[in-house]
Amino acid sequence: MTKQEALFEFLLRKADDSLILGHRLSEWCGHGPILEEDIALTNISLDLIGQATELYKYAAEVEDKGRTEDDLAFLRIEREYKNVLLVEQLNGDFGKTIVRQFFFDHFEHLLYEGLMNSKDERISAIATKTIKEVKYHLRHSSEWIIRLGDGTEESHDRVQASVKDLSRFINELFYQDEVEEILIKEGIIPDVKEFRVAFENNIEKILEEATLKLPEEKWQLTGGRKGVHSEHLGYLLAELQYMQRTYPGMEW
Amino acid sequence: MKAEDIWAMLEDVTDPEVPVLTVVDLGVVRDVQFVSKDHWKIIITPTYTGCPAMQVIEEDIKARLAKENITVDVELVLSPAWTTDWLSQDGRRKLEEYGITPPQDEGDKSVLFGKKPVIPCPLCKSKNTRLISQFGSTACKAHYQCNDCQEPFDYFKCLK
Repeated sequence: MTKQEALFEFLLRKADDSLILGHRLSEWCGHGPILEEDIALTNISLDLIGQATELYKYAAEVEDKGRTEDDLAFLRIEREYKNVLLVEQLNGDFGKTIVRQFFFDHFEHLLYEGLMNSKDERISAIATKTIKEVKYHLRHSSEWIIRLGDGTEESHDRVQASVKDLSRFINELFYQDEVEEILIKEGIIPDVKEFRVAFENNIEKILEEATLKLPEEKWQLTGGRKGVHSEHLGYLLAELQYMQRTYPGMEW
Repeated sequence: MKAEDIWAMLEDVTDPEVPVLTVVDLGVVRDVQFVSKDHWKIIITPTYTGCPAMQVIEEDIKARLAKENITVDVELVLSPAWTTDWLSQDGRRKLEEYGITPPQDEGDKSVLFGKKPVIPCPLCKSKNTRLISQFGSTACKAHYQCNDCQEPFDYFKCLK
């Protein structure tokens, strides 16, 4: 694998994470538990889709095969999406959406902090922009974890069940293969293994304040980075791609 | 035609979501470069990556300069990343008069549960206000309410 191929694959992985989670959050539009949260979740969705756009643009340039950011976002088949399984999981109740976001935001915060020092100027610029937005997301999801976990018995039990359910996808956030190895060696991306402990400390501190616990069971699911997804992604893509598939090249 | 003239024309282009601010006040226009006679290049940067106003701003800039028979290329750059420090003093004053509290120095930038900044009410000027939501009607604003006059208001949040 060349450096260029590795860079393309990495950008695609991160762009897909942002696009798919951004799309999931957009499903809350008009369905939020309160107006403020309807607006908050869709604001975060917009940030994520904005970040995905920047990453796809760069990926398209790196690939240099005449594809645009829109081609990459809308015109691939399911197996070609490389997002982690966590982001494609169903919204569930509001608490489950917050737990999914909580794990993701804490990971993104550490990752993008590392990417700010990338030797690749374009990645460093995207990261410097993105980190400012991620800080707001992180504060939002973390505050809600505490409010729901340390709230009523009902909210505690529900959010605890979601922590148990979604913690199976944490390991995959730290997935590494040849792609990452090449880019770490080149100083383009940080080695995420180095901040695994910081990640765990950060989330455990907040979970403890929220009277929540990570499950003892350590069984983990993986596959997204290789294009092997849970059943939920296909339905999401059907909706995401519908317009472009039905009316190819459509614009407004 | 000098760069100052182009900058002056850009003062007529306003933000579609916050129409009291020009794109110059907002710090979105980063540079104006001469290319050839009646052809200029304008460098802009987004406030937020997903800001849906950027395309409108680009079109508005082109339309404004087209009135003077000037064609432009608009280039979008991400670096250096936009910060609320680039909002002009004039822009801050206009925001407040419009009923939006301009970004306050939030001091300690700790990510989580940092000291809560004091966000004054743009109407009665009371400092006794509360945060309703970090996410307001646009990506760049948070939603507050005044505990004294009860008025809900937008706060143009600090981005550094």
